Amino acid sequence: MASVQIRDVVKNFGDTKILHGVSVDIADGEFAVLVGPSGCGKSTLLRMIAGLEEITGGSISIGGREVNQLPPKERDIAMVFQNYALYPHMTVFDNMAFSLKLAKVPRAELDKKVARAAEILGLQQLLERYPRQLSGGQRQRVAMGRAIVRNPQVFLFDEPLSNLDAKLRVQMRTEIRELHQNLKSTSVYVTHDQIEAMTMADKIVVMRDGHIQQVGSPLELYDWPANVFVAGFIGSPSMNFLPATAVEGGDKTQILLATGDALTLPYLVEVVLGQPLLLGLRPECCRLEATGDGVDAEILVIEPTGADTVLICRVGKTDITVVLHQRTMFKVGDRVKWLPDLARAHLFNEGSGERVAIAPR
Amino acid sequence: MSLSRLLENRNFLGFLFMLPAAALLLVFLTYPLGLGTWLGFTDAKIGRAGVWVGLENYIYLFGDQVARLSLFNTVFYTAVATTVKFALGLWLALLLNKNLPFKSFIRAVILLPYIVPTALSALAFWWIYDTQFSIVSWGLVRLGLIDHYIDFLGDPWLARASVIVANIWRGIPFVAICLLAGLQTISPSYYEAAVLDGATPWQMFRYITLPLLTPIIAVVMTFSILFTFTDFQLIYVLTRGGPLNATHLMATLSFQRAIPGGALGEGAALATAMVPFLLAAILFSYFGLQRRAWQQ
Repeated sequence: MASVQIRDVVKNFGDTKILHGVSVDIADGEFAVLVGPSGCGKSTLLRMIAGLEEITGGSISIGGREVNQLPPKERDIAMVFQNYALYPHMTVFDNMAFSLKLAKVPRAELDKKVARAAEILGLQQLLERYPRQLSGGQRQRVAMGRAIVRNPQVFLFDEPLSNLDAKLRVQMRTEIRELHQNLKSTSVYVTHDQIEAMTMADKIVVMRDGHIQQVGSPLELYDWPANVFVAGFIGSPSMNFLPATAVEGGDKTQILLATGDALTLPYLVEVVLGQPLLLGLRPECCRLEATGDGVDAEILVIEPTGADTVLICRVGKTDITVVLHQRTMFKVGDRVKWLPDLARAHLFNEGSGERVAIAPR
Repeated sequence: MSLSRLLENRNFLGFLFMLPAAALLLVFLTYPLGLGTWLGFTDAKIGRAGVWVGLENYIYLFGDQVARLSLFNTVFYTAVATTVKFALGLWLALLLNKNLPFKSFIRAVILLPYIVPTALSALAFWWIYDTQFSIVSWGLVRLGLIDHYIDFLGDPWLARASVIVANIWRGIPFVAICLLAGLQTISPSYYEAAVLDGATPWQMFRYITLPLLTPIIAVVMTFSILFTFTDFQLIYVLTRGGPLNATHLMATLSFQRAIPGGALGEGAALATAMVPFLLAAILFSYFGLQRRAWQQ
């Protein structure tokens, strides 16, 4: 097992810059998830760790040893590909044994290692089958088995669940997580799905356009998003953003919504008065009342999901999402009062998108 | 059944649409093949419709030294030429599958020998092999490697080698381009997985490329064998079967006996004698092509 250090890593394809100096530390045994929209450079970074892409600048170390110049097979890593890349002309057994055969591992030891991996993944009955005779989930398991038999220092996963249907994806998510808890191996996992990131990661690295936006545990990112992008990317349904202006300092900051409603935050934030802001509120951080002291809202859509109710409301010119943890008596078209829980609100600078710091007292 | 009802019947319509193709096949393939086979069992000569003589032509050809030599020549020619064409074609295809500079230009150049009419390129080779004006001899003399011009087409073994080289030159593009097409269907992710599994370039070729290319190789090599076994143009322009029948293939000898020699029955029998060999090649491809367990 080993840690992974990524220092100021740059990647160019010709004149196109893909990564602009990225640094991440992944501790020994940690499950790190690189997440971001497509084209953000997360897969490229993973392939650079694997040695499938050259490193234009900066350095990558595995277990304290810089691997920039090492060929993939000397980096002691294993990778699970998005399309699994199982050799179609080899049986499940041969697919898993291929790397060991190339390494000239004695037959008895090879059999033992493959048998162990097959047992962990429940593949014992499928060893003589060819990849085309397997279901998507089984292929996925074989791809993981191929990685496990090598007992590598680091596991790399490149969107391994994106070719599976929704139900299987949830199941495999748990399986990969369990596998990690048993093997305790350092893992780097790439996905564009923030739910996968939230449910699986010890550490999430949010990327966008070749820059790291924020690094932290799932709940850190959820509770303290560093900017509007992270705030909107993490969490489902997404955070609501309402334009606002800071109107008063004093003991507690007061902000004015575009609707004309003034809201007083329960804390003081470092803002210049008159500065354009974005008020960020998670869908579950508010209440709806028929009457009372709140912001005027109109209900546009009601989506009951059973446990929760999701409502789309119009506040001023902005549509916001509200999640209620109970059933609702409101109907579409009702005019209601929206009462945000301002203690759990986030403020962002509208221009830069950065989080506005809470003023020290 | 009325005509309009008939025209709405799927089976009848299918039959109707099939008729032109069937007619073409009957007129241009089945009839000549049947006629050739029939002639082989007669003593037809030019200007004289023959009578049925049974296996007489075949028995005669079996004892004929020239016919036996032509069988040996054909097998030798096919074996050597297809083996070399396969090796060089595969090598070229592997090269072209890499990211070379001017890739499309090089691919176009590779196709050239295939585009030039065979008779024309055979003439060029005739000139290259000429006893007095051969550029190869001239070059070797100028380099001081030999002191007199080589008589490429005058010595039996040299002549065999020379026509084989010409055939290889002509046949490589077909093999290379088909194998290149096959190589491009192999997903690059297999090679990435193999790199991570620790495979060397040779091991990737041996354990990934070759097995995944086998179905294409089977088709391409079958066609290559068929084309080479039935070759006529190159030989006829270059040597007409000489010297001393050393380069006579079954196809050229069959023509020689039937048309200039006038013995239609004998020539037809010789041509028909090629069929079992061609069938064997097709059977080879049939079994080589059978879906492997791993194929989709």
